[in-house]
Amino acid sequence: MSDDARPGVSSAAGGMQEPRRGHLRVFLGMAAGVGKTFRMLMEGHAEQESGHDVVIGLLETHGRADTATLAEGLPMVPRRRMVYRGTELEEMDLPGILRRAPEICLIDELAHTNAPGLEHAKRYEDVEDVLNAGIDVLSTLNVQHLDSLNDRIAELTGIRVRETIPDDVLGRADEIVMIDLTPEALLDRLRAGKVYPPERIGAALNNFFRVENLAALREVALRQVAEEVGHKRLTTEYVGSRGESLAAEAPQAVGERLLALVEPYPGAQRLVRRAWRSAQRLSADLDLLWVRPPSGHLSDDEERSLAALRQLASVLGVRLLVEESDNVPGAVAEVAQRQGTTYILMGGSRTARGLSRLRTPLPQRLMELLPGVDVRIVADRARRSESSERIGGIEDHQ
Amino acid sequence: MSAVIIVLIAIAALAVGVAAGYWLPPHGHRPSAERPAPVRRILLPFTGPEISRRAFEAAMRLAKAENATIMPAFLARVPRNLPLDSPLPAQCSLGMPLLEAIEQRATAQGVQVDARIARGRTYRDALRRLLEQESFDRIIVSATNNRNAGLSADDLEWLLERVPAEVMILRPSPTDTRRIYADVAGHF
Repeated sequence: MSDDARPGVSSAAGGMQEPRRGHLRVFLGMAAGVGKTFRMLMEGHAEQESGHDVVIGLLETHGRADTATLAEGLPMVPRRRMVYRGTELEEMDLPGILRRAPEICLIDELAHTNAPGLEHAKRYEDVEDVLNAGIDVLSTLNVQHLDSLNDRIAELTGIRVRETIPDDVLGRADEIVMIDLTPEALLDRLRAGKVYPPERIGAALNNFFRVENLAALREVALRQVAEEVGHKRLTTEYVGSRGESLAAEAPQAVGERLLALVEPYPGAQRLVRRAWRSAQRLSADLDLLWVRPPSGHLSDDEERSLAALRQLASVLGVRLLVEESDNVPGAVAEVAQRQGTTYILMGGSRTARGLSRLRTPLPQRLMELLPGVDVRIVADRARRSESSERIGGIEDHQ
Repeated sequence: MSAVIIVLIAIAALAVGVAAGYWLPPHGHRPSAERPAPVRRILLPFTGPEISRRAFEAAMRLAKAENATIMPAFLARVPRNLPLDSPLPAQCSLGMPLLEAIEQRATAQGVQVDARIARGRTYRDALRRLLEQESFDRIIVSATNNRNAGLSADDLEWLLERVPAEVMILRPSPTDTRRIYADVAGHF
């Protein structure tokens, strides 16, 4: 295919027919050394053997002999050299790839930050240009480079990764291939010198490459892929059944936002824990709401419980909203509408006394005021299992 | 005249009914006045997804004997590269099922529970911050032979020296292999 027949990104603006966007396949792993680049190269060879024009746009072997050997036989677009502040740097040659216009291009390390002065600040932006030129791309990524997971992984491992990419880069990938390896197997590879050169092995083992870190990263990576698969399946179903325009709306259509109604008393913590757990499973945001009586004076116990609730909310990363009102259903409805709540969780109401027995219970009032919003009353599981010897999933294990 | 009397009697009966409904306890509930308010607070700090059964049972025995509130507290460590007020969802995923499990078991035995989560740069720092915010009458911790788990010997020494509460340290015992852990994933 000639260069003219495979126009670059500017061709559409020039009035030519818009090229087919390339197909992006990302090899995702939990950490360096799991075999992402190796797998990418194997796929490159397979494509080449089936008659496709495959080139390596950028390869980082990190000194691994096996990787370098596997790259043999695949044509490579040479890196371009540039000087930045007196230092000579080598970077991927984006114009060279676009000129070469292969069918498939292998570009390692999607999250890489380019040297200043190039077309783009980040390599994933270079990849966008390559895809827009109709070239299929195979690339690699470690899960800790995803923006949304960066904090979580820093919390799990104590190490913050500086080079990150927006999640939607991975979301736009046509295929995500999870390269999985058990932590023990990866550590064996590391000790055998297959990941880093000997002088770096000790430091790696003492810092990042610990079983607990790798196990946590592996879980995050597997979850990420599962979520992407679920999301893509949903989008595909919408496209197939109801037209292209609905595809973009699909995530919003199923997106949940939870609101847990709390009061400053010890039992509220259980409700918050359960609501948070539900929010985690639904990948939803969670808000806590306390409707405070306007003239309500808090006892010492209530002050303490309120402080504990604030602390819990802060540790969990959820917001505690406090609204002053003597109309609880009205205030809840107003907040729910404002926040876009789809799901309300509340504890069992206190037993009504006197004339308040004549009032409509709060859950019914909320269902009347908020049609389309689910209302869930969180049960006290301890009471349910009072007669059981094995209580609520607790076991004594020897 | 008799009609007026009947109406007055009906109104009086209604008033008595409403008053009784307000003041008398509902069926099946003990009036709160019969239940003396708890006066003591027993802190049971832990750092992982399980705790020693001895420590838990000791806390329960004392809580029952003293009509105390048991306060299980999950201590979370904030990595140095994160702000101290950072959310810690991953650690909470580990600790919260055990909080739930303790709460269920304690509540089932009639012991009041008021759980906490505290964070700090170290477990000791998290505990120190919790103790600065609230007072406790007793703290129950179990010592461990594992240097890398939970509160260290230095932490326990610090507790004994600095904390204005009774501190009960349960020494590790070869027979203390029983742990309480939470298997409540998906159900809390």
